[in-house]
Amino acid sequence: MKYIDEYRDRDIAQKLLARIAQRAQHPWVLMEICGGQTHTIMRYGLDELLPRGIELVHGPGCPVCVTPLEMIDKAVELASWPDVILVSYGDMLRVPGSKSDLLNVKAKGGDIRVVYSPMEAVRIAQANAQRSVVFFAIGFETTAPPNAMAVWHARNLGLTNFSVLVSHVIVPPAIRLLLTQPGNRVQGFIAPGHVCTVMGASEYEELVHEFRIPIVIGGFEPVDLIQAALMLIEQLEAGRAELENQYSRSVLAAGNVPARKIMHEVFEVCDRKWRGIGAIPQSGYRLRPEFAAYDAEQRFGLHEAGVEEPAECISALVLQGKKKPHDCTAFSTRCTPQTPLGAPMVSSEGACAAYYRYRRHTIPS
Amino acid sequence: MCSPGVYLLEELGCSMCLAIPGKILEIHETGDLRVGKAQFGGITRQVQLSFVPEARTGDWVMVHVGFAISVVDAEEAEKTYQILQSMGLLDAELPPAEAL
Repeated sequence: MKYIDEYRDRDIAQKLLARIAQRAQHPWVLMEICGGQTHTIMRYGLDELLPRGIELVHGPGCPVCVTPLEMIDKAVELASWPDVILVSYGDMLRVPGSKSDLLNVKAKGGDIRVVYSPMEAVRIAQANAQRSVVFFAIGFETTAPPNAMAVWHARNLGLTNFSVLVSHVIVPPAIRLLLTQPGNRVQGFIAPGHVCTVMGASEYEELVHEFRIPIVIGGFEPVDLIQAALMLIEQLEAGRAELENQYSRSVLAAGNVPARKIMHEVFEVCDRKWRGIGAIPQSGYRLRPEFAAYDAEQRFGLHEAGVEEPAECISALVLQGKKKPHDCTAFSTRCTPQTPLGAPMVSSEGACAAYYRYRRHTIPS
Repeated sequence: MCSPGVYLLEELGCSMCLAIPGKILEIHETGDLRVGKAQFGGITRQVQLSFVPEARTGDWVMVHVGFAISVVDAEEAEKTYQILQSMGLLDAELPPAEAL
């Protein structure tokens, strides 16, 4: 496929890797912040193709993984009600809440529909006027505009049986948190190309200047990621800290203005709890008060119940790049994609699940 | 080498971060939405085009959860590809990595 095959080209990848080997004079720790990128790195073994001193660590870049337990519990509760149809992206079904997951509720007869696009949720609401349709709206800034458009469109259609359970998260506050943590090891970031396609470059310019750290906006194919790593290494070796855009075929400096417009019409920034990390100020989106009628939490009177995460799980350290998944004593034994203990094991895009899936599940000695 | 169909299914499997390139075949304005059809390898799907008002039939767009979020900049893609290709020429002029 055009715009995919050329970025999976073995010869180009090898040439880029040879150049990295020539340029890298020092050890460097680089972090990608998007689960899609983590998945590509593991799938193609890119971390093992890089010179020994170049370490890739994997940030909290999977919105499925970082959705808090409490929010999963709310979705599970809603899906258990007989007059509710819960509509969700497929990735969410296996994610465990504190007691159950959506797949389990579905097995017991809960009406849960999996969709690829939020607009399908609106169509389901149109086709089921007698029932309440709740869409589980999660994702980063990439997914927020499509989810916002679904709410916008539902309002234009005058639908009264449609609402959304919103658990959106925002990337830059998580990067800022990582960089202000004591013991931070990350020296350069590969920024998420599709988040930046929507949001543009300015927030990452700010991070570069605030923390004097190089950031390269990267794509999702193996050549994209190796090239992004090379660009970071060249900056680090030269003592530069700049924002560069490897994914220029999709990312404009201004981002996608119409997408952001609809997102800001429907959502506003709020504090948000991240599974495995905790509360991060101003790190999420919620519905604006004008759209309160579409807020499932208000409509169904759902209450926040504090839930403890499993003590054995070291996901907070994994998500900060301080530990690798296989450093965890539960990895691949008590914690697997089938029975995940914590955030990074719950979705295929989480770092632990990616390590597990791509041959990294040998138990460390 | 995967078939385009396999590519698509594979990419759709991880829906939350990824966008895949598709070529716009047709465009319609319906009420508050701009929608169209796009081709992904051998598969045709409906796509929402409201976020890319500048997109025209024949353009390539990056599609995330059914929404086009950017028009692929063919010039930028070509430029990047040329850089990647020409890197090989430069490398031929350099000693092999092992020698350094």
